[in-house]
Amino acid sequence: MSGTGARITLLDVKGLERRFPVGPGWLHAVDDVSLEIRAGECVGLVGESGCGKSTLVRLVTRLLDPTGGRIAFEGRDIGGIPASRFARTPERALIQMVFQDPTDSLNPRFTAFDTIADPIRRLGRSRGAVAVSDRVAELAGMVGLPEALLGRFPHQLSGGQKQRVGIARAIALEPKLLVLDEPTSALDVSVQAVILKLLDDLRRRLGISYLFVSHDLAVVRLVADRVIVMYLGRVVETGPVERVFARPGHPYTRALLASVPMPERRGERRVRLMGEPRSPVDPSPTVCRFYGRCPEGFERCEREMPRLVPVADGHAVACHLHG
Amino acid sequence: MSDPPIPLLAVQDLSVEFRTRAGVVRALDRVSFDVERGETVGVVGESGSGKSVTAFALLRILDASARITGGSAVFGGLDLVTATEHDLGLQRGRELSMIFQNPRTALNPIRPVGRQIADVLLRHGNVTRAEVKRRAVELLARVQIPDPERRYAAYPFQLSGGMCQRVMIALALACAPALLIADEPTTGLDVTTQAAVMDLIRDLGEQTSMATLLITHDLALAAEHCDRIVVMHAGHVVEVAPAEALFESPRHPYTAKLVAATPHGAERIEDLAAIPGGLPDLRGNLPPCRYRLRCERHAPMCDGPLPRVEVLPGHLVACWKPL
Amino acid sequence: MTSLLRHGRYVLGENPVTGLAFGLFVLLVALAAAGPWLVPYDPLASNTAEALRPPSRAHWFGTDQLGRDLLSRVVVATRLDLTISICAVMIAFAVGSAAGVTGGFYGGWTDRLMGRVLDTIMAFPLFVLAMGIVAALGNTVANIVYATAIINVPFYARLARSEVMVRREAGFIEAARLGGNRGVRILAVHLFPNCLPPMMVQISLNLGWAILNAAGLSFIGLGVRPPTPEWGIMVAEGAAFIVSGEWWIALFPGAALMLAVFCFNLLGDGLRDLIDPRTRT
Repeated sequence: MSGTGARITLLDVKGLERRFPVGPGWLHAVDDVSLEIRAGECVGLVGESGCGKSTLVRLVTRLLDPTGGRIAFEGRDIGGIPASRFARTPERALIQMVFQDPTDSLNPRFTAFDTIADPIRRLGRSRGAVAVSDRVAELAGMVGLPEALLGRFPHQLSGGQKQRVGIARAIALEPKLLVLDEPTSALDVSVQAVILKLLDDLRRRLGISYLFVSHDLAVVRLVADRVIVMYLGRVVETGPVERVFARPGHPYTRALLASVPMPERRGERRVRLMGEPRSPVDPSPTVCRFYGRCPEGFERCEREMPRLVPVADGHAVACHLHG
Repeated sequence: MSDPPIPLLAVQDLSVEFRTRAGVVRALDRVSFDVERGETVGVVGESGSGKSVTAFALLRILDASARITGGSAVFGGLDLVTATEHDLGLQRGRELSMIFQNPRTALNPIRPVGRQIADVLLRHGNVTRAEVKRRAVELLARVQIPDPERRYAAYPFQLSGGMCQRVMIALALACAPALLIADEPTTGLDVTTQAAVMDLIRDLGEQTSMATLLITHDLALAAEHCDRIVVMHAGHVVEVAPAEALFESPRHPYTAKLVAATPHGAERIEDLAAIPGGLPDLRGNLPPCRYRLRCERHAPMCDGPLPRVEVLPGHLVACWKPL
Repeated sequence: MTSLLRHGRYVLGENPVTGLAFGLFVLLVALAAAGPWLVPYDPLASNTAEALRPPSRAHWFGTDQLGRDLLSRVVVATRLDLTISICAVMIAFAVGSAAGVTGGFYGGWTDRLMGRVLDTIMAFPLFVLAMGIVAALGNTVANIVYATAIINVPFYARLARSEVMVRREAGFIEAARLGGNRGVRILAVHLFPNCLPPMMVQISLNLGWAILNAAGLSFIGLGVRPPTPEWGIMVAEGAAFIVSGEWWIALFPGAALMLAVFCFNLLGDGLRDLIDPRTRT
């Protein structure tokens, strides 16, 4: 799906930074991250543990405050509003999230009905028990959750059913941007297929934009239009998903793609990433974060932090191999 | 013309039941498969398929409420099902070893990792106390843990998930077992770490002609790393075949659906297959074919006892109407 | 509501011990409520002619040194002991939970301040602290209740705090924030109810301690004053007579105490199962 020219920008993030005090230093969880999400598109976010995905996700959904940079939603600055007061703004309803662990993300004491109804009662437009009830039934229908299950508690539901409840809750307020944090990693592969189809269907029907975080590159390739690759808090590559996966520019992206299990490459010896990542605490601003683990790596990588530069239409890489 | 070699592990009609408050759960029903010397066999299935129960039954480390109600598992002349604890104890850790999911919790959190390896060496390996530290450090180096001398004294919480898994591999391989059972060894690890760990298992296995039984829910992973794959559904073995053949031309309807549901091969989301229905309740009265209720191809003949059809040499399907 | 009652019946039936404990509790409450009307004699009426009589058909539990019927006194004392312990525990639960969840949720200086206050209370041997409070404020039932409540606050605060801290970062709390819930509402509606099951066990154990605490204070003379019937004083009065062979004066109130504490301890698991939706099938 190409042709992004006429689409308006929904989320605009510039130079976002989030650091945490750790002992005498600072842990740079998210460092100088810029990205854009346009209306109706699905942007994939990939990266391994420690890359800053979870922090970025919490910054975008305004559960956490940035320590630097700007976040704008539909042109309005939302980064400046502290997380504690964000619930009162109209944007709260417009940015929602689906969580990874269906068990952890549902209140064990709430029935499925209560879980879906809660945001409607807080911020929704339906007023009165009957209106709320109707809306919950409508949402349950949209996500394929049988109405009979609405009275059940989370421990009485299967993983797939719980995730449907989580999705219904997330779309209850008619958000424009939905952040999905590994929504299918905890599910069996057959259930995953069903949920992915559901998510895709909902996106097209309701016109929502997705920020789809996943460690599973095969899934990202299927669902996303564009992809952002992160490493140690920084964006290292971004571009249309087919292109990035077919011709990865950054050595980390290449290593990532080479690690994905591929039955047709049985017995082949592929490039492996060795060693451990650098420490995210007080990283040097002039050394590339990947230097040392990178199979390439030359003198310039040690004295200048690479910037994101376009290498093709919509495809940008932060690596000295590309200028 | 010599007889075919005796398999290293021959599992025949293994059946396991769990007694629970809610009834008897027939978790495994006449599971049969072989593992030859030096080969890697994958056991693939979704949650509830019984793959982990199979592994635990072989080592007789099942829950107290479990009972092996039938079958045999002959390993090097010894039937693991009927062996005494004493004989079993001689095998575990020495000829037959296991690594678990969640490496950090599988290691003793209050004991340095080097000492844990030393414990295994002292118990099974005919190593003197004077020598044991050196041998343990050697093992740490063999599993590619950097700075093994220093890491000998490290505690599990000081190591990353990937390194903990390597320690577990070192523990399991300390006495050069003939068979390694790996229960979801890479679930929860980053994809690059996963690739490195699988490579390590394969390399070490090749060095000592060790066989591996790889339990996983990831079909693509099994297809890349295994010689043969055993597919399980609801406590039954539904198909056994060489990895390539299974992935490219599965003969059991469930396997076909599983392959089609794996995002790996699909081009678009629409191509992903969903498997209707859910796992049957393993407590109640079950039809002879436990996939029957979810199968689109079921016919009256499917009510008969479950067959084992050899559609091709080495390719077995438990189905009356294989694809 | 009816699903709660149905669940209640399931919990009671499932484990016979729970059923027994609840039955006993109901009996105790009934005695507390209706006791004074059920007993054969006036608990305060002394009759020196009948003093120190062993258990007989006229006096099932015998009589004490003033000729008062022990059965009547033991039964009537149920009301006082139960009232003291239930009130004390309810106060401790309310104050302790509030302090604990606030500290655990907001962290920072709120938490540190609360922690120091709790540490101060816990630094004293608790019984001594209770003695001190009652000695300073006077021997009234109300003061016994306050003293018992104060020394039990730290247990609830600690428990509530740790339960809240574990769940504070859970997915469903973040989801609640995304849904427009703020601070106090998250605490009260989403977080705290999930902390209740372990606190139920604490409450039941605490009821037992509270009774023992009140009885202990009375035993040393800092609690309820004679001639009010209360199990602790009765044991104290009876203790002097054991040596001379009148065992019944201390035994029956002591047995009543033991039975009550036993009942409360057994109640804990049942209460927890009742509250926790995860035990519902």
